[in-house]
Amino acid sequence: MKIPVTFTLNGTEAAAFTDPGQNLLDLLRRNLGDLTPKFGCGQGTCGTCTVLIDGEPHLSCLILAEAAQGREIETTAGLANGPDLHPLQTAFMEGFAAQCGYCTPGMLMVAKALLDRNPSPTRDEVIEAISGNLCRCTGYEPIVEAILTAARAPRHATGRTA
Amino acid sequence: MLDVVTTDTLAEAAQSMGDRTRFLNGGTLVMRAVNYGDQRFDRIVRTREALNDVQTHGDRVQLGAGVTMAQIMASRDLSFLAPAARAVGGPAIRNMATVGGNICAPHPYGDLAVALLALDGQLALADGSTLPLATYLSDRKGLIRSISIQRPSGDAFRFRKVSRVKPKGISVMSMAAHLNRSAGRLSDVRVAYAAMGPDPVRVPAVERALEGASLDATGIQPALAAATEGLTPPDDALASSWYRREVAPVHLRRLLLGEDAR
Repeated sequence: MKIPVTFTLNGTEAAAFTDPGQNLLDLLRRNLGDLTPKFGCGQGTCGTCTVLIDGEPHLSCLILAEAAQGREIETTAGLANGPDLHPLQTAFMEGFAAQCGYCTPGMLMVAKALLDRNPSPTRDEVIEAISGNLCRCTGYEPIVEAILTAARAPRHATGRTA
Repeated sequence: MLDVVTTDTLAEAAQSMGDRTRFLNGGTLVMRAVNYGDQRFDRIVRTREALNDVQTHGDRVQLGAGVTMAQIMASRDLSFLAPAARAVGGPAIRNMATVGGNICAPHPYGDLAVALLALDGQLALADGSTLPLATYLSDRKGLIRSISIQRPSGDAFRFRKVSRVKPKGISVMSMAAHLNRSAGRLSDVRVAYAAMGPDPVRVPAVERALEGASLDATGIQPALAAATEGLTPPDDALASSWYRREVAPVHLRRLLLGEDAR
């Protein structure tokens, strides 16, 4: 039996029919065509499926899709404003914070949640924020630097968050 | 084909439970099992009832089963419990993982449950019954509505998680203690371990050895000697039973004396 579910996805109303047991990641990718959150481990270890629900990081592969009913969901697809990248995306690109890029959507979302809550984080706060996200390429240092750089960027300071 | 039952209340959810059924708390373990095609269940029951209240009653605090680790860490009233909540997963997991789910989590999980054991956890179940957490852990029957724990004074509560990968590795073991002191001597001490058996457990041999002792290197020697008495630590991918037995006294000493790990 299909179950109807509606929520806000990157500021726009979204509706879909979910199968029993389907997770939110699968619904976003397969039913709604948002391919920015990635499937990594499927067990809550890697963090690449991270989306923001009501502003806080959640692992979409571990959320029953129908439990997203009425919630506000943000993915990496909602970060750029047309051709204008989010300061985090610019900092990741310019700071070589992505190599294979598979962890990047999750890293961007936990970083966005951090900067929305705390526009001037310390280095330790950045490390804590990304502690649930694995990267096997960069050694994390460029990612930490990129988030700190984005925090100093003028566009972030003007309050743009999505 | 998986069947999902969503109820308005926990009481209705309890009535919907049955064979080959799992109750969905925060989802961090049940949904992982779904993703990996676990064939031991084909039915999920969940409730829309939030169960996320935190209430203080005198020297005890009551936490709803739906309270998340992140909620614990953000609560001033629960600051004593924050180190145990922080020991659970990464930040996103902590936004999802619940008190009720952690109590029901099998070995090697249950880092928060061990803290709740040391804090004299008393459960209220969906059917209105109440029972000690230690009793519930022996069979985990019934859905949890809330848990009441003692609010420790001063530095009486200690928690320690030992893991190979930091900051979010799975436990080699975790330990918690409530070290009540009377006239400079320990009394009514509660000590609990996780990952030292199939379920989190109180450690009566250690508790007896600490009764009336002074909280110093000499006073705790009998407790260290009894550190694994009556326990059969598991062999698993994280550590052998032998290793757990060998290092338990070291970590117990660090827990009791508040020593930093090297």
